[in-house]
Amino acid sequence: MAALGAPLRTLRALLRELRHAAGRSYRDSPAYRHVVAAFRAHRVTSEKLCRAQQELHFQAATYLCLLRSVREHEALHREYHGRGERSPQEVAGLVGFRLPQQPGGKG
Amino acid sequence: LWWAHSPPGRRPRPPLAAAASGPVGPCGRRAYAPPAERKRFYQNVSISQGEGGFEINLDHRKLKTPQAKLFTVPSEALAIAVATEWDSQKDTIKFYTMHLTTLCNTALDNPTQRNKTQLIRAAVKFLETDTVCYRVEEPPALAELQKNEWDPVVAWAEKRYNVTIGSSTSILGPNIPASTKETFISHLASYNMWALQGIEFVITQLKSLILSMSLIDRHITVEKAVLLSRLEEEYQIRRWGNVEWAHDYDLCELRARTAAGTLFVHLCSESSTVKHKLLQD
Repeated sequence: MAALGAPLRTLRALLRELRHAAGRSYRDSPAYRHVVAAFRAHRVTSEKLCRAQQELHFQAATYLCLLRSVREHEALHREYHGRGERSPQEVAGLVGFRLPQQPGGKG
Repeated sequence: LWWAHSPPGRRPRPPLAAAASGPVGPCGRRAYAPPAERKRFYQNVSISQGEGGFEINLDHRKLKTPQAKLFTVPSEALAIAVATEWDSQKDTIKFYTMHLTTLCNTALDNPTQRNKTQLIRAAVKFLETDTVCYRVEEPPALAELQKNEWDPVVAWAEKRYNVTIGSSTSILGPNIPASTKETFISHLASYNMWALQGIEFVITQLKSLILSMSLIDRHITVEKAVLLSRLEEEYQIRRWGNVEWAHDYDLCELRARTAAGTLFVHLCSESSTVKHKLLQD
């Protein structure tokens, strides 16, 4: 079995990621409700090694990894990714010009 | 008004794009301009259950695949995750962050038009060039690291599937016996079509069949699988330093894609039933 740590820690981190993703009304989002319900349903078990519980924990850890790495990837993309070429209007604006607005188009 | 004064017989001019300088693409757009981004055009994202499965609704519109088929997924948890992806888009829609949506679209459209046998064959073919089977001889620190990190995974796979894989330092790679390939082919045949698309995706990302199977069998976590896949890169980073805009960018993207693929496989191949045990008084 993969070394996952405590389920509570995974759950808390996952809910935090959902909060980052959703914003204000994250408690009403279907993802939040589904995750909390799934964890509650699998909490009560008399067996020491419950396979379903471990499967759920692994899925939760995978989803947490997905949300976290998407957020970090987007942050890196925003910071480092190029913005492409400037448009002709922006280039003209760099030196203080404006493109001519000729009604009939360029002659 | 200006058009009343224009001389008669004047041809209408083409739009401004024709006046653009520099390389111009087929639709008249400048070649190096970033593509126009789609703004978020919906307020609410919700899920509904249809005949084929679960559907995603953006406001009142139903989500469709790129080939205009209706977007239906068999599992509710997967639908919820896809809806969360769409809901977490802020002002613009960034399709490159929506990995689960992309995987569902691939499974629904099957753009490469491969059937189950072809998918399995493509997946098992990776075993011949599996990352964890290719070892270096020098530098000795890296060879040692590969032995310590990769040998346990190979040993686990050999034990779990009762096959012989081995590793090799030659350029031709390990010699995989046909019985090993047969075992993997018959094991992968037990997954349905959707799960197979996910498995093939994970194998392509990690560049390793063994790592993907150990991930799908829940033997290692996603972070560990990505670390093992990038073992040589991590070694070089520790030696020469980390470059955030390249190394971390690739790491996050690989983690996101692998996590999405693994989650996709598990959600498409599970059948969860809740058994309530009777409390004993």
